[in-house]
Amino acid sequence: MNANVYVKMHNISKTFGLVKANDSVNFEVNKGEIHALLGENGAGKSTLMNMLSGIYKPDSGSIFIRGKETIFHSPKESINMGIGMIHQHVKLVDVQTATENIIMGMKGGFFVNSKSISGKINKVSEQFGLLVDPNKKVYDMSIGEKQAVEILKVLYKGADILIMDEPTAVLTPQETKKLFETMRKMANEGCAIIIITHKLNEVMEISDRVTVLRKGKTIGTLITRETSPKEMTDMMVGETTNLSIHRAEVLRGNKVLEVDHIYAKNKQGVDVLKDISFNLYEGEVVGVAGVTGSGQKELCETISGLYPTESGRILFKEENLIGLTPKDIIKRGISMSFIPEDRLGMGLVASMDMVDNFLLKVHHEQKGALVKRKPVAKQCERIIKKLNISTPGINHPIKQLSGGNIQKVLIGREIDTNPHVLITAYAVRGLDVGASHTIYDLINEQKRKGVGILFIGEDLDVLLGLCDRIIVMCEGLITGNVITTEVTKDEIGLMMAGGKMAGIKKEEVLHAND
Amino acid sequence: MEGFLVALVIASTPLLFATLGEIMTEKAGLLNLGVEGMMLIGAVAGFGAGYTTNSPVIAVIAAIVAGGFSGLLFGFLTISLRANQVVSGLTLTIFGAGFSSFLGTNFIGLKMSESFITSFEPFKIPLLSSIPIIGNALFNQDLFVYGGMIVAILLGVYLYRTRKGLNLVAVGENPSAADASGINVDLYKYVHLTLGGALCGLGGAYLSVVDVPQWQDNITAGRGWIAIALVIFVAWNPIKAIFGAYLFGGLSIIGFRLQQYGISQSLLDTLPYLVTIIVLVISSTRNSKDNGPPKGLSVPYFREER
Repeated sequence: MNANVYVKMHNISKTFGLVKANDSVNFEVNKGEIHALLGENGAGKSTLMNMLSGIYKPDSGSIFIRGKETIFHSPKESINMGIGMIHQHVKLVDVQTATENIIMGMKGGFFVNSKSISGKINKVSEQFGLLVDPNKKVYDMSIGEKQAVEILKVLYKGADILIMDEPTAVLTPQETKKLFETMRKMANEGCAIIIITHKLNEVMEISDRVTVLRKGKTIGTLITRETSPKEMTDMMVGETTNLSIHRAEVLRGNKVLEVDHIYAKNKQGVDVLKDISFNLYEGEVVGVAGVTGSGQKELCETISGLYPTESGRILFKEENLIGLTPKDIIKRGISMSFIPEDRLGMGLVASMDMVDNFLLKVHHEQKGALVKRKPVAKQCERIIKKLNISTPGINHPIKQLSGGNIQKVLIGREIDTNPHVLITAYAVRGLDVGASHTIYDLINEQKRKGVGILFIGEDLDVLLGLCDRIIVMCEGLITGNVITTEVTKDEIGLMMAGGKMAGIKKEEVLHAND
Repeated sequence: MEGFLVALVIASTPLLFATLGEIMTEKAGLLNLGVEGMMLIGAVAGFGAGYTTNSPVIAVIAAIVAGGFSGLLFGFLTISLRANQVVSGLTLTIFGAGFSSFLGTNFIGLKMSESFITSFEPFKIPLLSSIPIIGNALFNQDLFVYGGMIVAILLGVYLYRTRKGLNLVAVGENPSAADASGINVDLYKYVHLTLGGALCGLGGAYLSVVDVPQWQDNITAGRGWIAIALVIFVAWNPIKAIFGAYLFGGLSIIGFRLQQYGISQSLLDTLPYLVTIIVLVISSTRNSKDNGPPKGLSVPYFREER
């Protein structure tokens, strides 16, 4: 066998209960290659990689590492074979320093010799251009830094087969660029790199080859420069698709929401919202861009009455919402859906079924002491049909649905209340192309109905495609308020990093054009 | 004053052992509320073995083994059988109380022999013991007292300066990260739970074998619960645990000394428990990243869960 084939996975199958997560999957990666693993949610990408990193055991099939057949009984054996996995959500210990995280689980003297280890870490980080302060505690780091530590962790252990699980999901465009430079460098140094993603532009930009999975099966392996995003999507989805995000052309109506000089502090007394002002109109989608933790969550919660403000006003049709209870705010037709990183933390109760989750929102409108499930069950059936939610039934615990279906349930419930203002945060977080488009369609449908929509997002391409206007937040400040058609991705990226908009049309200009 | 300090250090020693034991356990991400039970099991085992054999060494070993075994039992329930940690811990406390009562019925009123007691007589450490005021309290004590301080310092070094200690912190903070780095999470949990149980057992044995040294039913009288609160108070730091234990040791004996001023004895007896509540309220309002509980505390970890 060719010694350059670092990883060969042959006819791998893995079943969870009744679900066939991997069905005779074949996958190969060469030395010095960046190989993208592409597929929708539930296509079996993570399962396959978890088997390569020794977390799961395949039911059948064989794995060859550098030509040698290998069976992994634990992550340790995989690490010893030079395989390192960089997880989507960084697996670091917050209260420890970079050094302590990097040497975690490694053999060595009983006592830790920080000096010599720091020296070695510096050497590796210089080699690959990863700048990290070895003595910085993880909780003080930005997401980009944390990821650099995660990468250093595997490189330090001498890994030359790296698996990166959606590494760009939480990064700014600038950080992504830097990461790609590092990845190229690692490949040039002879590493084999596997990148799991469903962002097609990234596949095109960084990978040498791409393997597409669909419903647990290998659809094919392509050479990246000989393919196109269109071809890859068709393979991924299994049918011909329209990639571009549609933006419904709707004439803007009256002002529904006016956020006026809002200030808010968190429990530690740190400002999380600083002088936030913007307007939202009927039939308008306003996007909010920003690195995670720039105040988006607090903004959502402030508008829905969950977060206390220091000063400022939030006007809904001339009425100040500050001081109203969340229940009163919902009654006025302001609906929020926030999809947190674990997708379940807010809005839905994981162990309850769909009916009970819907009941949470409506039970106080029902009369009598006991809740009535029947009308709600009907509503659920209707929404399942309308949004094409795949679930064994309305009485099935929410947590057992796939991420996309959970999100459809949440957004479906919010939209079904016929809101005037819809706030949706990270609505397509972790969703594949097909499911994302269903959500975009839902948002466009609401827009046509004249709903004012605040769309908090991560993916700039989506924001630019879907929204009429984009507000950029950085550390609690609005650093930009721009019309989508008049701004580039790079400009938004700069504003996300704190650069004030310069020479870009402000909202005031937009008003003048009204 | 000096006499008070000497008595304070003695009263704090069982608390110190139990606190260190629980720190070790919680650092591995396990919340073992069975400290009181493990102390009682250690106390009765130490007393029984010591009284029967008249050997201090065997008494200590018996307490370590019995305490360690009760920790192991908790591990079997919560790690291997995946039982709920809170319920298992409470059960262990109830079990320990019943078990020690049952075995102890034969020992009630019995006292250790003179020769046994002399082996735990205080002995002076030259020079250090002549430091004014604190010299006698810290450096003219029995073996257990020295042992407690040494274990606290060793545990501090272990947790923050050794590879195994850093791995333990990782297991307690983020078990999936530790697992992905090739650390045997379950093994770490088992080992530290057992060692933690052994320390709790020693704490209990100090009461029955050295301090009293006579068997009484329910000899620990709630010290196990105070130790659990102390772990939070000292922010899971073994070195701070020494001072935390002194504070509560002092509170538990201050009653005798304030009695002469006409304050109700019953009221004074509530002091340690009252302060425990106050301490817990204060620590829950404190919000520091370095002083918080291990993030994985009381969260079970199974690798293939999805």
